[in-house]
Amino acid sequence: MKKKKIIINNTKFNIIVERLSHQLIENHDDFRETVLIGIQPRGIHLCNRIHQKLSSIISNSIIKVGNLDITFYRDDFRRRQDPLEPQAIDIDFSIEGKNVVLIDDVLYTGRSVRAAMDALLAFGRPKSVELMTLIDRRFSRHLPIQPNYVGQKIDTITSEKVIVEWEELNGKDQVILLNSEK
Amino acid sequence: MGRIKWKRPSNIVKFRKMNTLSVEHLLGIKYLTKEDISLIFKTADNFKKIINQPIKKVPSLRDITVSNLFFENSTRTKLSFELAEKRLSADVVNFSSSASSVKKGETLIDTVNNIIAMKVDMVVIRHPNPGASVFLSRNIDAKIINAGDGTHEHPTQALLDAYSIREKYGEVKGKKVVIIGDILHSRVALSNIYCLQKLGAKVCVCGPSTLIPKYINSLGVKHMSNLKEALNWCDIANVLRIQLERQDVKFFPSLREYAMVFGINKEILEGLDKEITIMHPGPINRGVELTSDVADSGQAIILDQVENGVAIRMAVLYLLAGKIKKNGK
Repeated sequence: MKKKKIIINNTKFNIIVERLSHQLIENHDDFRETVLIGIQPRGIHLCNRIHQKLSSIISNSIIKVGNLDITFYRDDFRRRQDPLEPQAIDIDFSIEGKNVVLIDDVLYTGRSVRAAMDALLAFGRPKSVELMTLIDRRFSRHLPIQPNYVGQKIDTITSEKVIVEWEELNGKDQVILLNSEK
Repeated sequence: MGRIKWKRPSNIVKFRKMNTLSVEHLLGIKYLTKEDISLIFKTADNFKKIINQPIKKVPSLRDITVSNLFFENSTRTKLSFELAEKRLSADVVNFSSSASSVKKGETLIDTVNNIIAMKVDMVVIRHPNPGASVFLSRNIDAKIINAGDGTHEHPTQALLDAYSIREKYGEVKGKKVVIIGDILHSRVALSNIYCLQKLGAKVCVCGPSTLIPKYINSLGVKHMSNLKEALNWCDIANVLRIQLERQDVKFFPSLREYAMVFGINKEILEGLDKEITIMHPGPINRGVELTSDVADSGQAIILDQVENGVAIRMAVLYLLAGKIKKNGK
């Protein structure tokens, strides 16, 4: 039996996206030296959402956005049962000397972010790298990685799953906590 | 809080699962399914992006050692495999028979077993005898990739040819391909026929009837002996080299005569009512099967084939390496 709990509903979801966008503006001014990079596959939705929001707030600036696939940089190749399907890499600019904001939906063990930082270096040496996540499953990190911008911190155990649903995919913006009990 | 039955939305599962290849080794296109081929193409799409990045290397195969065993001469295939291996961060050991103990009388299996004893995980082999890679796969505990076994198969070449067609036309299905030249001695021809037919293309061969194998009809491939007719029929012409080194008897009077009857030049191409694509697996004998103005024209995608070769070989190496499981896990 699986227990489902909505931890962020539609209204709160939009407030969080709004807040994260304003936090970015606070630190990055007009985004001339800043690029947003969404981590494939789930991070790109948050990345697009933030990009939309930012474009509507600061109308006269063009913000560079890219999608980064980390499949070939993961540390669990040949160690997991099913290989992961690679997704498209979509970065048509150099990140040399830029401030990079990596964006993902859920931060859990930190291994994806490590792989993403590794993959990022193929596009140049960034001036700085920051991390934004919608959900931070704290106290579950395997690596010393902390986000700079967090939508919401939650406490979870290993058997639980956090699922972020998007309007464009699932019809509704919300975050669900799944508890699979035996 | 009430308990609600929750069904995992299909799109969440989708990106996690990936099909693996149905085979343990790449011995020939004959053994692959259509799904295997599209999986290789899809993976190659990603690698093609990576080899166009400023840094063309990914760390996936950093704990894998690959040995390239070339018992026959090769430039393109060997370089292409070596580049693919290095761009996946694998350790590479090269071997060519001209500078080895094979000259001293060592058997194939002894040579390879000695190399395996040095903890090699994958073997890329080119050998003059058909079936050499199949033989190895039965006797050796490593992933085998066939890089050409005699006149039998050359699977990665066929994959990159079909991939290049897919890249240019969007899909392979329904395309008409004619393979021109020395079909009898060509492993490229046989692998190409298997691959293109599995992907739904129509294949014909064209060349002097002495160089067309007798079994060709049993593969469902038509033989055309008129070059112009064949070119008018096809969308893509894959032109092969005359493999003089494999011909122990005379199959046609002279190269000059062959070039006059089956050589493709600009005038022939301009005389056609449509623009066809010219492919060639290399090495080209300029002035024999293709004239220089055709080989260097915009209709030829010969160099695209070479570029795609690295991406295809990276995909094959990556997918097969994924099947080598880490010990104890």
